[in-house]
Amino acid sequence: MLSEHKSPDLSRIGEVVEATSISFTVHCYELHLGAPLGALIKTDTPEIFAVVNNVSTSSIDPTRRPVARGQDEKDSDSVYLHNPQLKKLLKTEIHALIVGHKDNNNLHQYLPALPPRIHAFAHHCNIDDLRKFTQKLGFLPLLLEGPPTLADEITSAFLRQAALTHPDPDSFLFTSGQEVAQLLGNDLRRLNSLLRRLK
Amino acid sequence: MSIDRLGIIIGGSWANGLDIKLNSSFEIEDVIVGSLVTVQGKNSRFFGIISDMVLEASDQSLRSSPPDIDDPFITKIISGTGAFTVIKFSPHLSITNKANSILHGPEPALTIPSHFASAFPASDSDINLIYGKEDEKHLWIGSPLGLEDSRLCIDLERLVQRSTGVFGRSGTGKTFLTRILLAGILQKGVATNLVFDMHNDYGYQGTNEKGNPVKGLKLLFPNRVALFSLDRDSFVRRKVSPDAEVKIGYAEITPDDIRILAETLDLSHLAVEATYRLAQFYGQSNWLREFLSIDPRDELNELAKSLNEFPSTLGSLHRKLERLKRLSFVTETAPEDAVTRILEYLNRGIHVVLEFGKYYDDYLAYIFVTNLLTRRIHEQYVRRVEESMGDQSKEPRPLVITIEEAHRFLTPAIASQTIFGNIAREMRKYKVSLLIVDQRPSGIDEEVLSQLGTRMTYRLDNERDVDAVLAGASGARELRRVLSRLDSRQQALIFGDALPMPTVIRTRDYGTNESYQEFGLKNSVDHQKQMEQDAKDLFGDGE
Repeated sequence: MLSEHKSPDLSRIGEVVEATSISFTVHCYELHLGAPLGALIKTDTPEIFAVVNNVSTSSIDPTRRPVARGQDEKDSDSVYLHNPQLKKLLKTEIHALIVGHKDNNNLHQYLPALPPRIHAFAHHCNIDDLRKFTQKLGFLPLLLEGPPTLADEITSAFLRQAALTHPDPDSFLFTSGQEVAQLLGNDLRRLNSLLRRLK
Repeated sequence: MSIDRLGIIIGGSWANGLDIKLNSSFEIEDVIVGSLVTVQGKNSRFFGIISDMVLEASDQSLRSSPPDIDDPFITKIISGTGAFTVIKFSPHLSITNKANSILHGPEPALTIPSHFASAFPASDSDINLIYGKEDEKHLWIGSPLGLEDSRLCIDLERLVQRSTGVFGRSGTGKTFLTRILLAGILQKGVATNLVFDMHNDYGYQGTNEKGNPVKGLKLLFPNRVALFSLDRDSFVRRKVSPDAEVKIGYAEITPDDIRILAETLDLSHLAVEATYRLAQFYGQSNWLREFLSIDPRDELNELAKSLNEFPSTLGSLHRKLERLKRLSFVTETAPEDAVTRILEYLNRGIHVVLEFGKYYDDYLAYIFVTNLLTRRIHEQYVRRVEESMGDQSKEPRPLVITIEEAHRFLTPAIASQTIFGNIAREMRKYKVSLLIVDQRPSGIDEEVLSQLGTRMTYRLDNERDVDAVLAGASGARELRRVLSRLDSRQQALIFGDALPMPTVIRTRDYGTNESYQEFGLKNSVDHQKQMEQDAKDLFGDGE
């Protein structure tokens, strides 16, 4: 019972605090953790999938910036040890690009009609989720949108992680490389640099 | 058996050829220019050949900053997407799904497939559909590029309906192809052959480039071929005897026969005209005998005065005609009329090969004999056809005359005057057509070239020769590209009446035992039976 109760908790990252049609922001329960860049996360009811493209930590109160406290400490862990209130004053947020959603158990790799609600729970996706999601690659145009260098970083990070969930990672990387090549056909320099990041 | 798709149509035009984007799984080096392709349209299937291959890039920056080729991962992804190959394909034939189209077979394509139609390399069954299967009218001539085991056939009936040209540099395989054609014509019985065999290649035995012997027509079909000879000694040396010897008497030689030798004998225009006056003066059958018998030092001036000619003209003519006298087969009176003898055989459907023996390099002998005999044989054919007055059963059998080094007979200067120019132009009106074997088609009169129904050409390096061979052919531009890329041996481009569309083939082998058997060379038991039957045909039933 306890373990059952624990599992959903373990996968929970935080709550949606800002949402738009193409992306949303999650306030993470754990400071400095949250989810890595390029990770696949999902909200619940409705299930909306998104890829983390920014992780930021800052002061909860926008008017009060953190200040340096560790001049006399031996490392930053000691800073936290001797200033327990810091955990309450700082927040970690992750920003994620929406790449798909489920409706009636059908997975769609395009934007949902409506964004997630505020306070919707956000969860990590497990290996199974990631593998199933990346059976098709229709979401790639959504990921490649925006300033190219950042988009390429996020896309390659995502694909690298996704590859590890497939039985033949090299083959997955090759196929996704081909898909990306179709989309970036008229900018071979960009394609080249993205493909280099895929390995 | 599924065939891998070559690619899909992504653009192009009817005039300039369609573009096929090569499937990334297809290895580009496996694609051969000149090979046959099938495209499946919505309602029709199209057939054609690959006429060009182009490497393209979706972004031109590929040229200035190509991917790192030491990184196979990236290079492999980009090949087929950002960097891809386009194959140019010209649709020549199409066949629709409708029943009567299937019955008639493929027709010239008048439309094109739409975007994204699938293209495949042609299959065996495509080959049979397009070119027909081997039968009494179709001769297996070789295999198409990339399909070494397929048998591609030409329509032999259509081939002999008009004159044919076989072209290529020396050593490319023209002689072999000609042997195959002659053997095929003989085997299928679509015509009778008369071969003027200048280099002794076709009659008894020839050699291949390694110096090994290759059977000639006489050895393949011993009782259906008659070997004539201009030089008995060459036969004796080979321990074979010819079926007949050719001798030409003075009386048979007319001024027309001298005229065609003008270049070879270096006769001036005046000298040629003088021969006509001589013939008028002495009479057609006597002029040469009389003229050659006079002493040039004494009687020439007298003669010049009577004919109103310059003595120098006659003097030069006399000297040069002496060369004719020196040919061992030219005699004052011939024991029998060679032409009558040849015609006897031809009329019975026996094929005749005239070997030139020691005259194998003698252009004077070759042009002289070939022209003279052809002229007179052709005369007979004209007479017979006119006498038959449309009754096909009375008409003579179709005759195919094979000549080599045709550029010496058919230069623009003399083509209009020689019998060969006439025959080419007549187009089988009198049941005679030519098979021209030559390595310098640029030397042949353009009009004659355009009269050739089918042209078969090996690689030609000289631009002018290429122009000549392709003159008047449709789709010449595309054929040109294909022609320039032929392998230097055994690959020939064939186009014209005998094939539904221009095709590059690798000619079949000739010279191995299997190849002889294909032509019907039987083992001893069957051979005996065949010999008995042939003897009956040759000599008649009764004793």
